[in-house]
Amino acid sequence: MSTVLAARHLNKYFYDPERFRVLSDITFEVQAGEFVAIVGKSGCGKSTLLYLLSTMDTDYEGQIELAGTLLTGRSQDYLAHFRNEHLGFVFQFHFLLPEFSALQNVMLPALKLGKYSADEIEARAMAKLSMIGMADYALKPASKLSGGQQQRVAIARALINDPTLIMGDEPTGNLDKANTDNVFSIFRELASGGQTIIAVTHDPDFAAGTDRVIEMSDGLIVP
Amino acid sequence: MNLRIASQIARTHLLAKKRQTLVAMLGVTFGIAMFITMISFMQGVNQFLEDSALDASPHVRMYNEVNTQRPSLIDALRPGGFNVTYHQKPKNELARIKNGLTIADRIEREPNVLGVSPQVATQAFYNNGPIQLSGTISGVNIERENRLYNLEKRLKSGSVNALRSNPDGLIMGTTLAGKLNVATGDKVTITTPTGSTRVLRVVGTFGFGIGTIDNTKSYANLPTVQELLGKDPSYITDIHLKMSDPLLAIPFGKVLQAQYGYHTEDWATANTAILAGEKIRNMLTYVVSITLLVVAGFGIYNIMNMTVMNKIKDIAILKATGFEGHDIVAIFLLQAVFIGFSGGLLGLGIGFGLSYLLSITPFDAGGFISIKTFPVIFEPKYYVNGLLFGVITTVLAGYFPARKASHIDPVAILRG
Ligand SMILES: Nc1ncnc2c1ncn2[C@@H]1O[C@H](COP(=O)(O)OP(=O)(O)O)[C@@H](O)[C@H]1O
Ligand SMILES: [Mg+2]
Repeated sequence: MSTVLAARHLNKYFYDPERFRVLSDITFEVQAGEFVAIVGKSGCGKSTLLYLLSTMDTDYEGQIELAGTLLTGRSQDYLAHFRNEHLGFVFQFHFLLPEFSALQNVMLPALKLGKYSADEIEARAMAKLSMIGMADYALKPASKLSGGQQQRVAIARALINDPTLIMGDEPTGNLDKANTDNVFSIFRELASGGQTIIAVTHDPDFAAGTDRVIEMSDGLIVP
Repeated sequence: MNLRIASQIARTHLLAKKRQTLVAMLGVTFGIAMFITMISFMQGVNQFLEDSALDASPHVRMYNEVNTQRPSLIDALRPGGFNVTYHQKPKNELARIKNGLTIADRIEREPNVLGVSPQVATQAFYNNGPIQLSGTISGVNIERENRLYNLEKRLKSGSVNALRSNPDGLIMGTTLAGKLNVATGDKVTITTPTGSTRVLRVVGTFGFGIGTIDNTKSYANLPTVQELLGKDPSYITDIHLKMSDPLLAIPFGKVLQAQYGYHTEDWATANTAILAGEKIRNMLTYVVSITLLVVAGFGIYNIMNMTVMNKIKDIAILKATGFEGHDIVAIFLLQAVFIGFSGGLLGLGIGFGLSYLLSITPFDAGGFISIKTFPVIFEPKYYVNGLLFGVITTVLAGYFPARKASHIDPVAILRG
């Protein structure tokens, strides 16, 4: 087993309205193929931690290493390229491009990566959408989809480049039981295929099915 | 390859918000249309004023500068002595250019000379019944004069041919004719300073649009004026010439003066005041154009800044999913190029339309200026500059906010 994520002594502060320590000395590792859940009370810093780990927030103390690459201190463009290739991220509020169709939203990161031709990318994106039960809505603009539908498109988008790591901030928060179960089994399958999944969740059943649960409280990992 | 995604995203952005795209385009359109209209009109006015003044003056005028001062005999004999001479009479020197016709023919054969008109100019009194006005009369070969000054186009009545076929004909400045209360076909009595008198018939009237000429000048046939002054058929006082390029005339005038020994005056010296006015008007045009372009530029900057800021969330999402800074910049540059180019083209069209409307708008200058509509210049250069300005400004106005937006941390926007 190889370490795919290493977080060392992460500290994060917010300065608005006053200096406030959100994360205190977070240190942990995740192995390749692991399916990890992060749980904790609302406001304890789960989203903040996930943003650091996903390299989208670079304002922190400590070190982050993903897929054997030290990412702390890298340039914006380097990190963007790294995210494109190695990271799939599902936001709590989905964040699709509203003027693009569901299919285009899923295709864009792959078009950017440029590993496959446009036709292949379209076929792959359609496959991801059917897997998640969204094939019928492929051509609908993202802004015309319901919250749950947008969340499923966001999951498909996170999977399109077969990333090493998939991170989700309550990725099933807007889904019904049937769809949650579907997403869970997809994640399980990806993990058995060697991809690593880290998901913040409030769903005890979801957490119970993962390989490991990391519990947070007030910016600390509960041992 | 990345450019294709960028252009696809740019197109989606432009098409999704058609109204906003149109408003941005119109911002560019407005600035460019104003610029085109203003500069076409202002330069049209400049050109008109310059042309109407300079067209009526020869590029070079050669004449015998009559110098009536001369040293008294005693001064010549005993220079430096205490000499006092009372009431010395000025020398009687003629304004004649010796061999004027031959000189004119020789100058005409020089390269770059468009035409030469040898002539006799004299002061004259015009009498019609009780009305007596002073003015000048030029004896010309009307064909040669016509080639220089395009008289045919400046005629208000009558014809150039009528003068050629009538030895007693006279083509009179339109304002002068008005003051004398004569029209084509009427007779006028001419009295020269030498005292001779002759009755001539008005066969045409002309207007240069310049008061000092239209008010005082008439054209008659060269032999008629020579006879009137009691001179022989070789008597010439002035040689006017025009060249292919007015700028060539300035050195050429000096060459002629050295070659023939007669005084020459070029158009620039003769019209110093007009040229100074020209410089001031050109400066004014620059100031107005630059002001207009700066104002338009700020408008365009605001619009592009808004276009980028409205899409800041899309930018954050694209960055989060792996798009790099230069992809973001490319997306907005493409939009800027489209907005600048299409808005600019529309601006050129509207600018042209407005200029055209202005150029056919009747304008009553009260006969003082020979003009029926507003003077407007249609110069391709202005259109090229306008479009270049529109595209470059829009691209710059899109580039700076896009570059700034491409540097943000995606979570700075996306964090709840
Ligand atoms: N942009 C911000 N500025 C200041 N404080 C913030 C900001 N974002 C989040 N916080 C605070 O940081 C803490 C952790 O937030 P978050 O990571 O979103 O919690 P969770 O996802 O665990 O619910 C909360 O107290 C929240 O109020
Ligand atoms: Mg959260």
